[in-house]
Amino acid sequence: MKYTYYPGCSLERNAGAYHSSTLAVAGPLGMEFQEVDDWNCCGATEFIAVDKMQAYALAARNLSLAEKQSNGNGATMVAPCSACFLNLSKCDAYLVKDAPLAEKVNRALAAGGLHYTPGSVRTRHLLEAMVTDVGFEGVAAQVKRPLYNLKVAPYYGCLIVRPGFLDKFDDEEYPTSLDKLMRTLGANVVDFPMKAHCCGGHMTQISEEVALGLIYRLLKNAADYGADVITTICPMCQLNLDAYQEHVNRYFGTHFKIPILYFTQLMGLAFDMDPLALGFGKEFIDAAPALAKIGVEPPPKPKRERPSKEALPMPMMPEEE
Amino acid sequence: MTTTAFSPEAPVLARTRRSFMREIVEDTPGGDPRLEMCIQCGTCGGSCPSGADMEYSPRRIFAMVEADMREEVLKANTFWYCVSCYYCMVRCPQEVHITDIMYTLKRKAIREGYYRESSASDAPDFSETFVDAVLKYGRSFELGLATRYHLRHHPIGAVKMATGMGLEMLRKGRMDLTPRRIKNLGQLQAILREAEDVAREDREQIGGGA
Repeated sequence: MKYTYYPGCSLERNAGAYHSSTLAVAGPLGMEFQEVDDWNCCGATEFIAVDKMQAYALAARNLSLAEKQSNGNGATMVAPCSACFLNLSKCDAYLVKDAPLAEKVNRALAAGGLHYTPGSVRTRHLLEAMVTDVGFEGVAAQVKRPLYNLKVAPYYGCLIVRPGFLDKFDDEEYPTSLDKLMRTLGANVVDFPMKAHCCGGHMTQISEEVALGLIYRLLKNAADYGADVITTICPMCQLNLDAYQEHVNRYFGTHFKIPILYFTQLMGLAFDMDPLALGFGKEFIDAAPALAKIGVEPPPKPKRERPSKEALPMPMMPEEE
Repeated sequence: MTTTAFSPEAPVLARTRRSFMREIVEDTPGGDPRLEMCIQCGTCGGSCPSGADMEYSPRRIFAMVEADMREEVLKANTFWYCVSCYYCMVRCPQEVHITDIMYTLKRKAIREGYYRESSASDAPDFSETFVDAVLKYGRSFELGLATRYHLRHHPIGAVKMATGMGLEMLRKGRMDLTPRRIKNLGQLQAILREAEDVAREDREQIGGGA
């Protein structure tokens, strides 16, 4: 199946592991991605807090580019990031519902020689596209190294299931699609009652105390249910739970060491792909102990070029082979 | 506040001045946000992950809007502590577009300068710094955002960030040293300038929009 692909800013860098693992597993699943040419930021949760019209024009430029790229065939645009998915699908839904807003946004787009017909591009989250279009059987057919023994807590966060501006594909408070996908990979899925609760979003920047409290309750919940890893579908959730896990430990006196992995990384492992190609090694909380449970060697740590302790800092000739 | 219910001027006032409630309803995109349908049940506050840290729960803020307590509402930290999780919105029995209304309140607090008196006065600057990067490059730029925002508001935290998490992000290849610019930046900027003009015209017509 062919899709228009909207990676979003996070996947270019911070969530590089999500990007590479998504592209790696897409091939065997028969998903063909064509990136939106010259896409821009979706606005995250910040733009709409500052300027309404600009926020809608910003998101609409992406929809317009996707529409143009599909040559009027009605594009399906896949976004792996939950915030991008929300902003793009919400923008479209509101342009359909709010005709005066659509008219004004199109006036703005016209200044750049663009136009968008509300309702012509359907934005979908990567997880939803995978479980709906490829299906669990299609995924199961690719599994070569089942993730037996690995206890996985499936974490959905907010925006993929709430509020569902275009359509609802899973329960908004107790979703199960990612649970089923992980079971398809052979993983031991643990119960995770907090699975659709908030990771704190941008709160780490506004009030770290509030954010750490939110992150803490997710980590504690996963730990209480014995999870080896938490699997996530959103770069913001990954960053908060991974990069701030040590902050949580310092603040609450806890000792969490739960790797936070993208669901596509776990899919790639089950498809027996090279962990390096799946972006392993970029996580703050080392995934090696979890990988060992399924008999996978983590990628070698990048070597740091350090002179030996005895050596004085002197210019050196290149080493002879 | 004195009551104007029996004053002969009251009907004139009602015609010439939009209520705070009307302003918010009209400035919220996506059709009627149904704020006037709120029945004060409190499901929103009970569902809110950061509700305990808010000065007024969403329910209370809506009651204050209804009571036209403009200043008190716009100075509150409530909407700055909203994490956009949409729990309240899917649980609200009256289907009030609560998250969207929180964004409308943020825009109003910035535009009218009330945020400076809020206990979450750093928050708008985070949003504005983010917006500035997107206006300049078309994409977000984490290093620039973190540096500018933290140096301004938490200089000691900025040093900790730079030597701790920031360094680790760079080392793991999770952060760019330089921003990524889109190819057709001129087009995006023209679109956003026009959007600003359209919004300004709107405000001049109805007054007070954000």
